[in-house]
Amino acid sequence: MDLKQQIVDLYRKTATELPEDVFSVLERAKNAEDGGGKEILSKILENSNMAKSNSKPICQDTGIPIFYVKRPPENSEKELREIIDGATVIATDKIPLRPNAVDSLTDKNLGNRPIIHFEESGKLEIDLMLKGGGSENVSAIYKLPDSNLNAGRNLDGVRKTVLDTVFKAQGKGCPPYIVGVAISGSMEEAMHLSKKQLLRKLDDVNSNPDLKEFEETVLGEINELGIGPLGLGGRTTALGVKAAVSPRHPASFFVGISIGCWCMRRQSL
Amino acid sequence: MIRLKTPLSVEEILKLNVGSNVLLSGTIFTARDKAHVFLLENDFDKVKDSVIYHCGPIIKGNKAIAAGPTTSSRMNPYTPKLIEKYEVKAIIGKGGMDNSVLEALKGKAVYFSAIGGAAVTYANAISVKGVDKEEFGMPEAIWEFEVKDFPLVVAMGAKGNSLYDEVYQKSEKVFRRLIG
Repeated sequence: MDLKQQIVDLYRKTATELPEDVFSVLERAKNAEDGGGKEILSKILENSNMAKSNSKPICQDTGIPIFYVKRPPENSEKELREIIDGATVIATDKIPLRPNAVDSLTDKNLGNRPIIHFEESGKLEIDLMLKGGGSENVSAIYKLPDSNLNAGRNLDGVRKTVLDTVFKAQGKGCPPYIVGVAISGSMEEAMHLSKKQLLRKLDDVNSNPDLKEFEETVLGEINELGIGPLGLGGRTTALGVKAAVSPRHPASFFVGISIGCWCMRRQSL
Repeated sequence: MIRLKTPLSVEEILKLNVGSNVLLSGTIFTARDKAHVFLLENDFDKVKDSVIYHCGPIIKGNKAIAAGPTTSSRMNPYTPKLIEKYEVKAIIGKGGMDNSVLEALKGKAVYFSAIGGAAVTYANAISVKGVDKEEFGMPEAIWEFEVKDFPLVVAMGAKGNSLYDEVYQKSEKVFRRLIG
């Protein structure tokens, strides 16, 4: 099968099938809830099953397509970009995806425009994330120290920024959330790295013991907030917290926080 | 389970308590950011007394493929005027709306939460009746839907109660404690 068709298939799988790890954590969460939260999570799981069996998008917001491409030297960026753009047009028509690219000045709908991150590697590997707008709108960036939160330049300060982000998000971005966190010395790297954390499977254990502890502690604390499924109250406000760091400038300490909705659509080729 | 059918009356709406599950049937209109501006700047009598659904659906061949709710808070600035101008009886969305909307709902309208992301469930309950302002693009157009048994939760009532306020206040206490 040619690569273009494989990417169309990747789009279909990503838009219509909730990743297994997300599904199973949602199922566990449903069993732990009662009342309204349980009802909502049951409906969410039922919808995901229907989407998969009917091959229809789980959510009408099929998001911004974000590609993370590892490419061998023989595949140029230009060649791969053309293939991905061609696949995007077909996928938008056939699956269908919602046309989610709007000209920021004229408001004209442009179809879909994927964002593609390239990295050179030994073989071709493609991750696709369909990132919904609601959860993107509640993502955030912080510059530490932050006197409002009394947050210093350490993991405890970072913990406070994550709690602040989720508290402010309440139910607006479709909780239970998946939270990507990154510390960096530059703003765009902090956001990029935090979003890449959303590609990690929920059962993936951080190899850094400090970050592993951070992820577990912060997940527990977010769930104490009681915001619950869809922000209508309950025990499950987040399904996972995934953190990473990159070196920073001595003057700068940025914390990027990327929020993923429960419908965290990501698949690999 | 409470079953409602459009057109909704104020009497019916006033009986609803927050937290109750509802199945709604009848006619509803989608409207998001751009449509709200349009509705306030123009007269569009079709939506008078109607139900507004914050939704940017995927439609193909006049069929709803996926059609769950979008985040309602973006429509906060327009909604009190919309309720007043068109005597809208109900709003369906997700994530809740601000206090200006809660105030505008009093005695007039109700806010239902739909389940964000449950797009196939909702699409299966929809038949597409028509579309206006298609030039705004598929997500932003005003779609007229006939719906059957739409599963909703009463989240902001016409009596001034809000499930979101309760959740916010509880979460704020925990947040303050955790921040120290």
